[in-house]
Amino acid sequence: MHIPDGFINGATAAGFGVAAAGGLGAAIRQTGKYLSERQVPLAGLVAAFVFAAQMVNFPVVSGMSGHLLGGVLAAVLVGPWAGFVVLSVVLFVQSLFFADGGLTALGLNIVNLGFLGAVGGYAVYRTLLRLLPKRSRSTVLAAGIAAGIAVPLAAMGFVLQYAIGGTSDVSLQVVFTAMMGTHILIGIGEGVITAMVVAAVVSSRPDLVYGVAEYTGLRTEAMT
Amino acid sequence: MAGAHVHALYRHGATRLHRLRPQTKIAAAFLFVFAVVATPREAVWAFAFYAVVVVGLAAWAELGFRFVAIRLVVIAPFILAALLFPFIAGGEKISVLGAELSRSGLWDMWNVVAKATLGLLTSIVLAGTTEIPTMLRGLDALRVPRVLTAIMGFMIRYLDVVLGEFSRMRVAMRSRAYEPTWFGHIRPYATSAGAIFVRSYERGERVYLAMAARGYDGHMPAGATDTAAASEWIAALSLPALAWLVTALAWWWL
Repeated sequence: MHIPDGFINGATAAGFGVAAAGGLGAAIRQTGKYLSERQVPLAGLVAAFVFAAQMVNFPVVSGMSGHLLGGVLAAVLVGPWAGFVVLSVVLFVQSLFFADGGLTALGLNIVNLGFLGAVGGYAVYRTLLRLLPKRSRSTVLAAGIAAGIAVPLAAMGFVLQYAIGGTSDVSLQVVFTAMMGTHILIGIGEGVITAMVVAAVVSSRPDLVYGVAEYTGLRTEAMT
Repeated sequence: MAGAHVHALYRHGATRLHRLRPQTKIAAAFLFVFAVVATPREAVWAFAFYAVVVVGLAAWAELGFRFVAIRLVVIAPFILAALLFPFIAGGEKISVLGAELSRSGLWDMWNVVAKATLGLLTSIVLAGTTEIPTMLRGLDALRVPRVLTAIMGFMIRYLDVVLGEFSRMRVAMRSRAYEPTWFGHIRPYATSAGAIFVRSYERGERVYLAMAARGYDGHMPAGATDTAAASEWIAALSLPALAWLVTALAWWWL
């Protein structure tokens, strides 16, 4: 779910908009190293995959369904900066075409779900890989745990934005508790699914998984 | 499947709003929503003015009541969250129909409901009057990095294809008696998502090779530059300018 207009005041939203634009510019320069414009169709297809995965619901318990968020999934599959670019494109289109997430809240959403969700989540993944034994199973485990942590991390982003420019009188403590409580649960689901999807891709095309290539020292063919 | 397809977001029409250059529309929409968000919540008259403006635009664009109403549903979860504000916010309490509600919580609720709905209506009018390729040209004209608009174009073009793969995969699984009822049944869904990622990636490679064979060198051929005349900018920006004037008045009167 994306922040709509009005939850966070205009000045804060604008500030985060500038920050998101700057971060996105830096990410595009970063990806230029391995995701050249040559691979634009590839990035587009990965974005379509993330978008589609977000639209397909699965049952959680009877009467409730959820969907994948895909930040860490995208980062592990195509790399943190490309993942950030892909997630930002998805958020941009959701806000501009689907009216999902407010226009003024675009920067807030890109920082939370794109930057914290993909780049932050990938940092967790890298750290975990260093701690876990050097086996290919570790990449699956690390991706799952990182995805589980990235969801409450993104929720923390919202709590921070609320602390800076929240428009309501609800105490920060209540917002923090509500956001953390729900997002830790969502994170568990996200972690389980991310691990399973990564495991499925690793078992058929390990060469396509950026996070595995980095761990084995081999560069993926398409991303160099 | 929650398959709100991209082409269903546009409402075909030939109104002046449809024909306005996309870059002017996008800029006007952003500036207008920022004015709405910057308005002090106590200035109820200002929100009434904004509502008249966006509803008027939707009517002018001949979007139709049903089209707009169905798309407004996106906001429902946030309205529900906002309805809790009067109960959990602190401060002075007032009694409404026997319930103890926070006065500032009620204002918080009004603030979020009004601004989120107006923002959503603006987005609906923008997407409803601007076709996707046109919107992308508008973003190009606004100097959004080409890499981003190019990725966006590919994503939108292949979204229905990838969604179609998901739904075919689901039909195939259903016909083999896979009927998930809770989260414990998630593995086949995740495995199929992995398979679809591999297919999407390989499709991306094929698309690139096919384009390379037709002379693609990493840059889409730039179309004829479509600059908006000053008069068009003035026409499009007059509404957000008016909205910012209202915002300034609202602050001044408080």
